[in-house]
Amino acid sequence: MSAYNFAYLDEQTKRMIRRALLKAVAIPGYQVPFASREMPMPYGWGTGGVQVTASTLVPEDRLKVIDQGADDTTNAVSIRRFFEVTAGVETTTEADRATVIQTRHRIPETPLQEGQIIVYQVPIPEPLRFLEPRETETRKMHSLGEYGLMHVKLYEDIARHGEIATTYAYPVRVGKSYVMDPSPIPKFDNPKLNGSPAIQLFGAGREQRIYALPPWTPVKSLDFEDYPFDPSRAAGQCALCGSTSSYLDEVITDDSGGRMFLCSDTDYCARRVQEGA
Amino acid sequence: MSDALNLSGGFKDPALDAARAFRVALNAMSQPGQIFEMTGIEPPLPLSEAAGALLLTLIDHETPVHLGGRYNSPAVKQWLSFHTGAPFLPAPQALFAIGRWQDLLPLTQFAHGEAEYPERSATLIVECDQLLNTGSCLTGPGIKSQTFLNLPDERGLAANAALFPLGLDFYLTAGSQISGLPRSTRIGGV
Repeated sequence: MSAYNFAYLDEQTKRMIRRALLKAVAIPGYQVPFASREMPMPYGWGTGGVQVTASTLVPEDRLKVIDQGADDTTNAVSIRRFFEVTAGVETTTEADRATVIQTRHRIPETPLQEGQIIVYQVPIPEPLRFLEPRETETRKMHSLGEYGLMHVKLYEDIARHGEIATTYAYPVRVGKSYVMDPSPIPKFDNPKLNGSPAIQLFGAGREQRIYALPPWTPVKSLDFEDYPFDPSRAAGQCALCGSTSSYLDEVITDDSGGRMFLCSDTDYCARRVQEGA
Repeated sequence: MSDALNLSGGFKDPALDAARAFRVALNAMSQPGQIFEMTGIEPPLPLSEAAGALLLTLIDHETPVHLGGRYNSPAVKQWLSFHTGAPFLPAPQALFAIGRWQDLLPLTQFAHGEAEYPERSATLIVECDQLLNTGSCLTGPGIKSQTFLNLPDERGLAANAALFPLGLDFYLTAGSQISGLPRSTRIGGV
């Protein structure tokens, strides 16, 4: 334990990140720049989320880390182990027992509770980036609330595909102000962002941005009156637990077309199996 | 000056104590109006326990601090310098400020952020006598339906909230009590 400062980062770095986090919760949905550090893992592996978690953890925390809903994939295992070693915190796979949940690309099926903190790993924090590559312009667009381009993009989806074809990283509007990228969660999870009792923190390491949603913040997925938002879900049920309401992964089981649906949330699925659902 | 420097009373275990204090600060700023406890240090008067812990958690050589009124004292300056290394600057250049409400007026002297960089604004720590969940009605992000807090100046703070997304963010402190009041909080039920 004494080989590292608590939670790996030095105190000055943590203070800088903590100040950014406080401004982020004070201006919900706005991306606060921060001086992202080199972490002992490559960009794209959740360095932003790791820095946010490291600056937020207290020794009494119980940490859960998920990657695409799973507790047992490489990214989740290595980050969980990282904090076991550097912060000495207890870890868990149970969403309702965790005090801090770091996630890549999912929100747990088990509803979040008051007092919990969820930290999202974010690759591209700027929802307008693929529509407008210049940071100077996107910054201006946010300051003016000029989001017409995003609606044009969604409209073109409808014109081309007959429906809004964006299925993940589906843009949301925070209250009446900023349009925000919810990180590449499936749009199935978007409704869980709205009015969540948990504190939601977003960290983008390579892009050096932190943003946040305080609890009970209204978050609306962008849509049109005649094409309302649809949190779509695969028509099927989990082959292990039989859930008909959870978000499903399709798994190919052989090379002759065999396939099955499984819950992407391993904790939710395992517990349902255990309870004999 | 024959008075010995009093530099004691800081965090006993800086990494862990600052982590715990920050968690309180994060909870307070994301749940405006809720009253939390921040303890564990003994700063020199007139600094309250909560204000002292908050400053030790958030400020360093990168953050100019403005000391208002009685807080602009040698004892406070020496203590903060020793523990944080923060520079003391006039209000317009400050990222943090500490004082009683009247020490910090007019609010317009502080940085309020820019349209494209609204986070470039000051955070004010306002020392109060006591925090109570009565008085002004607060609504907005972080508040389930509504909550109440005895604010030092409802009109002044409502004017600040009207500037959103620009504006100042506040911590109200009294003894070990602390409550957050970000610019996003609407005041007076409007």
